[in-house]
Order: sequence, then C-alpha cells, then structure tokens
Amino acid sequence: MTENRMGARQVELEVLRYNPETDQEPRYQRYSVPCKNEWCVLDALNYLKDNIDPTLAYRWSCHMQVCGSCGMMLNGEPKLACKAFVRDYPGVIRIEPLTHFPIERDLVTVADDFMAKLKRVKPYLIPAEKRSIEEGEYRQTPAQLTRYRKYAMCINCMLCYAACPEYGLTKSKFIGPAAITLAHRYNQDSRDGGRDERQEEIATNEGVWECSFVGACSDVCPKHVDPASALQQVKIASTVDWYLEHFMSWVKK
Amino acid sequence: MGEKMSRRPYAQECPRATWYFKRPRYMRYMAREVTCIFIGAYTLMLLVGLLRLSQGQAQYEDFLMALRQPASVAFHIVALAFSLYHTFTWFNVAPKALPIQVGEEIWPDSVVASAHYVVWAVLSLVILFWAGVI
Amino acid sequence: MAKSNKPIVWGTFAAGGTLTAFMTPVLIILTLLAATGHVPDMLGYEKLHGFAAGWFGKLSIFIVIFLSLWGSAHRLRITFFDFGVRADTLVATAVYTVAGLGSIAAAVYLSRF
Repeated sequence: MTENRMGARQVELEVLRYNPETDQEPRYQRYSVPCKNEWCVLDALNYLKDNIDPTLAYRWSCHMQVCGSCGMMLNGEPKLACKAFVRDYPGVIRIEPLTHFPIERDLVTVADDFMAKLKRVKPYLIPAEKRSIEEGEYRQTPAQLTRYRKYAMCINCMLCYAACPEYGLTKSKFIGPAAITLAHRYNQDSRDGGRDERQEEIATNEGVWECSFVGACSDVCPKHVDPASALQQVKIASTVDWYLEHFMSWVKK
Repeated sequence: MGEKMSRRPYAQECPRATWYFKRPRYMRYMAREVTCIFIGAYTLMLLVGLLRLSQGQAQYEDFLMALRQPASVAFHIVALAFSLYHTFTWFNVAPKALPIQVGEEIWPDSVVASAHYVVWAVLSLVILFWAGVI
Repeated sequence: MAKSNKPIVWGTFAAGGTLTAFMTPVLIILTLLAATGHVPDMLGYEKLHGFAAGWFGKLSIFIVIFLSLWGSAHRLRITFFDFGVRADTLVATAVYTVAGLGSIAAAVYLSRF
C-alpha cells in the first residue's frame, strides 16, 4: 500500500455519540483511523463511516469550506471539519457537535433556532427606491460594495454561535452574531432602505445588546466575515438612533 | 413503511459560572472585563481625594499621607496593570467598531490602532508635563 | 419586541471606556508618584485647588469622574452576568446607583470650590 510512503498515521478519534432512540445521554466512542498526511478531519470521518462504523451521523457536503455544513467541535474549538487538517492534531482528536445547540443525533445538531433567527432579520433587499424593470438595474460603485462585502461572505456554518458565550449564557435567546451581521450587511447596502424594519429585531435586548464584544465569533469564522465588527457598528448606529429618536425627533434621520 | 423515528434532541448545558475556564480566549476576555473593578475603585479613590481637596489643606494633606500606606501603593500597582490591560484591549479592538473607508479601501486595523497608541502617548506626556513631573 | 433602552448606558460605557483607556494609566502614575512620596507639583494643595476652582478644572474633573464611574458600572454589570449571576435587574440597579451617587457627589464637591 502506498499509504505509508505518503506519511500515513493511525489517528485516534474520540467521537461523541448520541442515539435518541436508545441513549439517555451522549457518550464517547473511540476509533482508530488510518489517515493520509493530506487528509482533513472530514476525510477521516468519511473513512470511518465507510469502513468502520456506518452508524455515525454527521453533516457534510462541499468539502471545500463554502457550504457551511460540517461545523463541529474539534478538541473544544468550533471548526469546519473540511478545513481542519489531521496533521495539525498530534494526539487524540475529540470530535463533538457544535456547543450551544441541541444534539439531534451524534454530530448532527438541531439548527432550527439559527434558521429562525436568520429569517427574523429580514435578510433580503428592501429597496430604498423601487425601480421598475424599464428603469434598469440598481447600480452600485465598488466603493459602495466595499461597505458591506465582507459581511456578505457568511456561509451560515454556525461556528460563531458555538463560540459565542452569550448565546450559551442567554440559553439561545441572543439573536447571535451571524443573524445580526446579516442584517448589517443589508443595512450597509446602498440599494437597501429597510434598516428601520430590521432595527425592530436587532436593536432589542435580545438583539445586539446581548453582545459584550467577546470577539470569539470573529476568531472562529472560517470566511473572515468578522461578525464582531458588524455588531459593534450596529451598537453605535443604534445608540445614535436612540438619541435622535428621543431627543431630536425634529431632525430627519 | 417502518415505524416512525422518535426525535429526542439532547440539550447541551452551558455551565454558567465556569464556562470561561474552557478556553484561554475566554479567560483573556474575563481578565479584560474585571479591569473595570480596579478602574472603578480607583475612580472612587479620586472622588475621595476630591472631597478632601474641597474640605481644606489639612484634610487634603492627610489624604496624600494616606496614599503612602503600603496597601495603597500595592493597590496602585495592581490598578495600573489592569488599567493598562484595559487600554491595550480597547485600542486593539477599536478599529473593528470604527471602520474608516477611503475610496474602495478600508484602513487596516493596525493603522487605526496605532493612531490610538500615538494619541495616548502624546496625551500622557502632555499631562505629565502639566503635572510638573517632566 | 420593543427596541431596547440599553443605548443610554451603552453610550456612556463606550465614552467611559474610551476615556479611561486614554486617561487612567497616566492618572494612576500621578497618584502612584504621590504614594511613593514624590508628589507631583500639580497635586500640591495650592495648585490643585486653583485648578479645581476654575471652570476648565471643574469640567474636566467632573467628566473624568462621571465617565469613569458610568463606564465601569456598566461593564461590572455585564461581568456579574458573565460570572453566572442571574439577577441582572438587581445588579444593574446597584451599579448604576453607585455611579449616579458618585456623579452627584463629584458635582457637589466641585461646587464648593
């Protein structure tokens, strides 16, 4: 076999298992997987499922860090399994589902809360000035694109929710980094005029005001979206709004 | 058709009082947060000093003498350390809250943070000069 | 869901955090010098009293104490929450009361100059 010459090694995986039909609580199961040197953790899991234990459940799709499906905890850190290389983990790799989410089965989490939160912030263009088809497309300069481009890169992988302590401490009431960043992405878009509507959701106590700028969300984001920066900008904008609303209602916003 | 699969999601608990021990990143966050205790305590000390200043020369000079107690010196050193940590952590994340876009480029974080440090150094020197220290 | 009123305290926290980041280290150095027996000129009774008697002195002393207290109070409230203390309303009332009383005290003391 050529595997040895390519620097294969036997990797120990400690994987959290949970079968809702038979288990009262999650438990850990240890596997030994022969890995090639260039493999990512997802490759190891796929080998495991194909050859060792077909009952293991986990989400994955693109294998190239664009779909956001394979988010899981690797040695306590939220990571995309297709982005983490086996060679960077010298010892046992502990694999668990993303924290702060209920566990459906094995490494599959219940993502309903996340999905609902994305919907709440109205993540679509609410045009400031509606244009008819005859008027042509909405035009935008590169400079206007720069204002929100970073925040449009989110792949909805939920790593930031696993990293955010406030999401856990508020028992999932906090609307969370990705949802607020998504709202900010549209607020910053020059074609959009829906900021007031989104403020009703994100300028609330469960919105941006639960954030205490831990910054872990930006640390773990695999697409460098920097949600922490979006949230602080929302706080500043919301504070200015509040003062304008309460003290200077005669000033046009 | 087989039997209906039963769902029983398992809720993961977040340990309320000890979650920050899990990662060094969280410990650094908590260290940053507790700087407010020392900065707040120091400000209350300044308030006492202000009171003594308003009461008269004898009372104010008693306050200055009280500052010389070992406990006060120790507090100052600890408070200075925490205060500096607050300064560093604040300046280092300030660029995230204040993106400065010129044309199609956003200024790098390091530029905005450096500007904060420069202003801080200048301001501190000005105050030390005003106080007669330098 | 109603829009929050947190901006009131967050605004003072942001201003206070900024001010303390810039000012507190050098202030601590000044009083630390006094604490080691080398009282800076400006901290002597005559000069400091003169400074506090002027409008600029009053304004700057008040702003420093006001923002430092409110900034620290809000962060302390969050810190309690992060340490697992669930009684947020109680904590908020306590910290903001201290900040409020401290601010009033500062104003009162300054008015005596």
